Amino acid sequence: MKEGYKLIYQKPKTLRKKRMHYCPGCFHATTHKLTMEVVEELGIQEKTIGVCPVGCSVFAYDYMDVDMQEAAHGRAAAVATGIKRMHPDKIVFSYQGDGDLAAIGTAETIHACNRGENFTFIFINNGIYGMTGGQMAPTTLEGQKTTTSPYGRDPKKVGLPLKMCEIVSQFDAVAYVERVSCNTPANARKAKRAIKKAFEYQIQGLGTTFIEVASNCPSGWKCTPEESLEWLKEKVFPYYPLGIFKNPEEK
Amino acid sequence: MPAKGYVEIFVEGCKGCNLCVINCPTDCLALKTSETNSYGLHYAYMRDEDNCIACQNCAVICPDAAITVYKKAS
Ligand SMILES: Cc1ncc(C[n+]2csc(CCOP(=O)(O)OP(=O)(O)O)c2C)c(N)n1
Ligand code: SF4
Ligand code: SF4
Ligand code: SF4
Ligand SMILES: [Mg+2]
Repeated sequence: MKEGYKLIYQKPKTLRKKRMHYCPGCFHATTHKLTMEVVEELGIQEKTIGVCPVGCSVFAYDYMDVDMQEAAHGRAAAVATGIKRMHPDKIVFSYQGDGDLAAIGTAETIHACNRGENFTFIFINNGIYGMTGGQMAPTTLEGQKTTTSPYGRDPKKVGLPLKMCEIVSQFDAVAYVERVSCNTPANARKAKRAIKKAFEYQIQGLGTTFIEVASNCPSGWKCTPEESLEWLKEKVFPYYPLGIFKNPEEK
Repeated sequence: MPAKGYVEIFVEGCKGCNLCVINCPTDCLALKTSETNSYGLHYAYMRDEDNCIACQNCAVICPDAAITVYKKAS
């Protein structure tokens, strides 16, 4: 350190030193970092259990230095339900992509939310199946080209993109729902605050907490990280607005 | 006057995504286009060491937590 200066930010100690395999600019990495900053700040490293999905974040357990359980594709909400019920004193979160949470795992997601299971969903919605090479997801935007919608998503054939925050905020047992992003420093700070609030509400036993990250996939979207930020602003946010959908403080 | 802050960028941890560069309000950062790290990626560095305001924007946006920020002790 240079003389006369003090350290004000460094990588959280709860994030392992290991290099993450994510593509440059991918918000999976940003969200891992922010989640682990929250764990460090709340001092809950020894009490936190994460459930990781199948998808690009399948190796999340290699990066986040908390206890983690791998779930079969789409089953993270069911696994998190079991863990939280057996260990109600632990802070439990599922970390899932949109293919995982909103396609193959829709049933688990909906029913865990309807039951008000007291864990936190961290939902990375990048509108695509990143890991398997960029196929259409339930969240792919209308007209968006993917390897399985080469002419653009056609809602007449496959419906409109699923709005998970809007859906799960309808359940009485769900306590807190917010959609965030990491496209600017200000939004990344908000995303971190949302994850922190979700964990705090979970500790208070308020019910299901659900944080959707309007995320990117530069590789699947076939663009640079910078261009992915433009796509988010121009295409994603108008359809998937950021903000709080359900807030226990307003009840 | 010495700068209000400075950053250290972990060269092997940087993936050259450029997000820190475009989010620095005082334009202190750039990618080293003439060099790569061992992964073959152009990494970010402090292009201008005099104007960092220690705002942490670069560190907050960096997906790979490759940036450490220091502030002038008052
Ligand atoms: C039972 C089962 N069906 C299908 C697959 C293939 N598969 C792996 S990841 C994935 C989708 C991943 O997409 P998403 O959840 O959006 O994660 P991302 O990679 O975009 O973060 C699919 C269909 C699988 N591994 N297991
Ligand atoms: S394929 Fe997409 S979601 Fe997966 S690591 Fe790369 S950019 Fe991220
Ligand atoms: S701390 Fe702020 S001013 Fe300094 S390099 Fe980072 S973004 Fe630029
Ligand atoms: S944001 Fe991080 S990974 Fe991207 S160029 Fe800057 S230091 Fe490198
Ligand atoms: Mg996805």
